[in-house]
Amino acid sequence: MIGGRKFFVPTMLAFGFAFLYVPILSMIFFSFNNSKLVTVMDWPNSPTLKWYGKLFQNDQIMGAAGLSIKIATMNACFSVILGTLAGLVLARFGRFRGRTLLAAMTTAPLVMPEVITGLAMLLLFVAMEQLIGWPAGRGVTTITIAHVTFSMAYVTVIIQSRLANFDDSLEEAAMDLGARPAKVFWRITLPLIMPAIISGWLLAFTLSWDDVVISQFVAGPSSTTLPMVIFSKVRLGVSPDVNALATLMVLIVATGVVLSAIVMQRQEKRRAREMQLAASD
Amino acid sequence: MSARNGKRTPGSLLTRPWEPLWQLFHRLRPARWSAYVRDHWIGKPLVTAVPMIWLVLFFMVPFIIVFGISFSQSILAIPPYESLWGWVDDKVLTLRLHLGNYNYLFTDTLYVSSYLYSVKVAAVSTLFCLLLGYPMAYGIARSPPTQRNIFLMLIILPFWTSFLLRVYAWIGLLKSNGVINNILMWLGLIDQPITMMQTDFAVYIGIVYSYLPFMILPLYSNLEKHDRTLLEAAADLGARPWKAFMRITLPLSMPGIVAGSLLVFIPAVGEYVIPSLLGRTDQLMIGRVLSDEFFENRDWPVASAVAIAMLVLLVVPIMVFQRYQNRELAHK
Repeated sequence: MIGGRKFFVPTMLAFGFAFLYVPILSMIFFSFNNSKLVTVMDWPNSPTLKWYGKLFQNDQIMGAAGLSIKIATMNACFSVILGTLAGLVLARFGRFRGRTLLAAMTTAPLVMPEVITGLAMLLLFVAMEQLIGWPAGRGVTTITIAHVTFSMAYVTVIIQSRLANFDDSLEEAAMDLGARPAKVFWRITLPLIMPAIISGWLLAFTLSWDDVVISQFVAGPSSTTLPMVIFSKVRLGVSPDVNALATLMVLIVATGVVLSAIVMQRQEKRRAREMQLAASD
Repeated sequence: MSARNGKRTPGSLLTRPWEPLWQLFHRLRPARWSAYVRDHWIGKPLVTAVPMIWLVLFFMVPFIIVFGISFSQSILAIPPYESLWGWVDDKVLTLRLHLGNYNYLFTDTLYVSSYLYSVKVAAVSTLFCLLLGYPMAYGIARSPPTQRNIFLMLIILPFWTSFLLRVYAWIGLLKSNGVINNILMWLGLIDQPITMMQTDFAVYIGIVYSYLPFMILPLYSNLEKHDRTLLEAAADLGARPWKAFMRITLPLSMPGIVAGSLLVFIPAVGEYVIPSLLGRTDQLMIGRVLSDEFFENRDWPVASAVAIAMLVLLVVPIMVFQRYQNRELAHK
């Protein structure tokens, strides 16, 4: 970087972003290619939407996508509830017995290799079925439980860091004015952490929508999620309809992320302005 | 009393029968309501218990079970392992611990070599991730605020798209009739396609690509907080930019480096999807060995022993990461 920081850092940034986006863009590009060989261009017949058509006719993929949406939605809702509680406890309840354990159990899933979590969850479900007969067999329930367990850790971190950004003076003021803790939560804390809850919900949804390893362990024979279908297809090599599927998913996600970023930034600005106004009164 | 409370009609007594009681109680309140409520609120243990019970049942207990099964013996039954507990003559409870699975792990070269290979792959990928991620995080932290938000969004965006599909994208680039080989041959730089799929190189690329946001984000949040006046002071005292970087910025960013590296290294050791799609077939990573033991051989005890062996390796990095994470969340 001797004298070259002005050159070196922008170069690395440009290289890094190219590295991140070229593969995605090339995948999108080849989804419009007519050839079955994916990366060998068939210029005369391209661009074409035939792989998109094939995708929607593929019952296996469509069925798996439906199942994945169902699991991801349930997972996101449960994870947000549990993660918000855990985040609140860790950020606001001070020291108590078991805090270290709770903190450990909400950070370990963030880095735990998926094969270990998957194996552990499956062995638990098998043992539980033997002991109490529930969950009977494996399927949507077991996948959802497993997903909630690791997704809620992410939600906890998001909520906790959002709460750490605000001191508890607002909550304290509300309590001094006689509001009960539950009311303080609904009227003060919840609106404050709403952006974190929304991004936590979306993140939990994506984590579940995306998971293949843990699902493979805890899924039953009749419950195949979309990532499991993609994984078994992709193991055999590239296939053009996977490119089409990827393009659709990237487009949906990109639109969603950009839109929510704009909305959230606006809300944050408004909140900051209101806070400033309130402070100047 | 707010305007909203003032408007409350007697009708609300029906919906909120506890309200008068509460108001009476409110008059008798202790001087510092907030501190009192926070310390004596009965809902507190309840709120704590819900996530706690969930995590103990679905996160901690499973690991105890894995640990237990790793000492049991594989049998042909459903489930395919022998119970650790047994009754002798229906009277005496006995515990049978079978150490054969661990013995097997150390003596069979397949396990030792894939274990070491996984550590090597994870370490090399983490290093590459750091070498690429650090300058990027640095550049983002030093860029003007409007650009910074766009850069950050561009870093996070791939993280929201499917991990599996992003790894898949590299197959199209790396395979022998893939994009990179086609371009190089078209340019006349090579005559024969280079074999890039199913090599260590492909796995490194896959891991760096998938985990790069995890490296950049903690680094960025650290670098962004640095006090720029320190660098100015160093420059005033005659330090060259390089020296100032080495003596000030780099040591200050150490927590970010540690957090980012652990976020990449720990999951990378057990990575399953990336080596399955891009990696070598003659040398497996430990995650793949575990899953093969489980799905192909149906040897649950050995799979559990592999998981425990992996955890033994990862327990120190995981604890270091937790310390960092808790400090980071407490000090905002």
